[in-house]
Amino acid sequence: MDQSRFIAKHVINLPKSGIRDFFDIVAKMKDAISLGVGEPDFDTPWHIREAGIYAIEKGKTHYTSNLGLIELRRAICDYVGKNFNVSYAPENEVIITVGVSEALDLACRALINPGDQVMYHQPCYVSYSPSITLAHGVAVPVPTFAKDGFALTVDALRAAWQPGCKILMLNLPTNPTGGTCDRAQIEAIAKFAVEKDLIVLSDEIYSELTFEGVHTSIASLPGMKERTIFLHGFSKAFSMTGWRIGYACGPATLIEAMMKVHQYSMLCASIIAQEAAIEALVRGEDAMKKMRDQYHRRRDFIVRRFNEIGLKCHLPRGSFYAFPDISKTGMNEKDFAIGLLQAEKVAIVPGSAFGENGKGFCRACFATSYEQLIEASNRIERHVQAIVAKK
Amino acid sequence: MKPIIKLLLEGGSLNTAQMAQVLNLSEAEVNCQLDTLKKDGVLLGLRPVLNLADEDSGVVRAVIEVRITPERGGGFNRLAERISKFDEVESCYLMSGGYDLLVFVNGASLQKVAAFVSEKLSTIEGVLSTATHFMLRSYKEHGFLLGGKVEETERLKVAP
Repeated sequence: MDQSRFIAKHVINLPKSGIRDFFDIVAKMKDAISLGVGEPDFDTPWHIREAGIYAIEKGKTHYTSNLGLIELRRAICDYVGKNFNVSYAPENEVIITVGVSEALDLACRALINPGDQVMYHQPCYVSYSPSITLAHGVAVPVPTFAKDGFALTVDALRAAWQPGCKILMLNLPTNPTGGTCDRAQIEAIAKFAVEKDLIVLSDEIYSELTFEGVHTSIASLPGMKERTIFLHGFSKAFSMTGWRIGYACGPATLIEAMMKVHQYSMLCASIIAQEAAIEALVRGEDAMKKMRDQYHRRRDFIVRRFNEIGLKCHLPRGSFYAFPDISKTGMNEKDFAIGLLQAEKVAIVPGSAFGENGKGFCRACFATSYEQLIEASNRIERHVQAIVAKK
Repeated sequence: MKPIIKLLLEGGSLNTAQMAQVLNLSEAEVNCQLDTLKKDGVLLGLRPVLNLADEDSGVVRAVIEVRITPERGGGFNRLAERISKFDEVESCYLMSGGYDLLVFVNGASLQKVAAFVSEKLSTIEGVLSTATHFMLRSYKEHGFLLGGKVEETERLKVAP
């Protein structure tokens, strides 16, 4: 019996993530050095883990309010106010979600009518386009380019815009490129959003890992709070990927709409993770800054090495990803990544896994030890030299 | 803080060739900088951190609280420096609170440590009193946990 005929059309038509294919190959390879992960190499700082354990010991094992623990919402409002210059009311302008991924999904499902068009910049995190499709929206990719350091430009937005566009999704700094926008660029994007009456979903999960300049949240610009849903979480800055805890802040009407979807699907995020998240916000800043400093130095090293090797690599201003251009090898990014894995046992992710505009690039995560980064860069060098010699 | 010091603190097990790669210097330059740090008395040495719980290390460790008389002109320094010179003394700190010096001592046996305290330390003129605490077990040394094997946490090899 062919069960696939029971699967909804918009699901069956979703492409399998390019990263999954690659994962299957890497998983079979023993002792490969992996620069393919999308998460910090640090374990969650102990004081945060300890807060989770304490929550369990104290019997905090029940449902929370659909919006999440009020103590956590208060801590989030303080944190966002202090670090992003936007003030939200903990009572009705914040919702705690299961990772930012859920927040993004909630926003899509709460805002998109079938056929609504949603702009997102690309290359980008693998789930943006599918999240739109799953909410029956139409994804409208906006390209970003290496020449701009993969910052999103208004020119590209204008070129991609079409009547019917309702939402603009942002992810700055960006996974996989590390690109971000400075204040002037963000202001221009905000102006464009107002002009075209777009609602903005701004996923700022990598904002704490901004190495150059100051991160500007689009929500903090005049007139933007009312048309922005600010999405953030704990995974990257506080090394809490496995806790699955994120949040959305925005106008009460929109948060209420997202809450409706959330209460009938997820109900609430894990109370244990919420308790740990409070600890992260209240006492986690020092550990977070220490980790950021380490990423910063590792970034400088790996980007320099890629350029020495001859794989042109822009300086990612945020995140923990380098995104070198591998086209010099004359290979496409998939063949290059697979060849590198087979010949030298180093895993990096083909850029095309992050969309059409990632072609010719690969993503290398530098959230790993110096020893591994040094060894990986030496192996990549050897591999590129071997390819060039063959040509 | 100098980049090389940061790297020493953070990537402690890197050899000089690896340090040269990370810092974008030649190996000779790294050695030169390390030499300067040594000459300036910043880098005093590099020592391994060992877990000798299962070995018969034959070392007894004690912490001694020492009260001393401060001196006109030098305060606690002369006595503290004098006490620090003993081979048995691993570390010595001037403290605030109920006593003046906190002295970490190593000895081959309990008797040897006791002898050091009663014959050497407490007989120094200016030492008013000592309180010796023997260490029974170590749980963490210089940032390394000693309790059993450290399990590597499993990370996915590829993740979005």
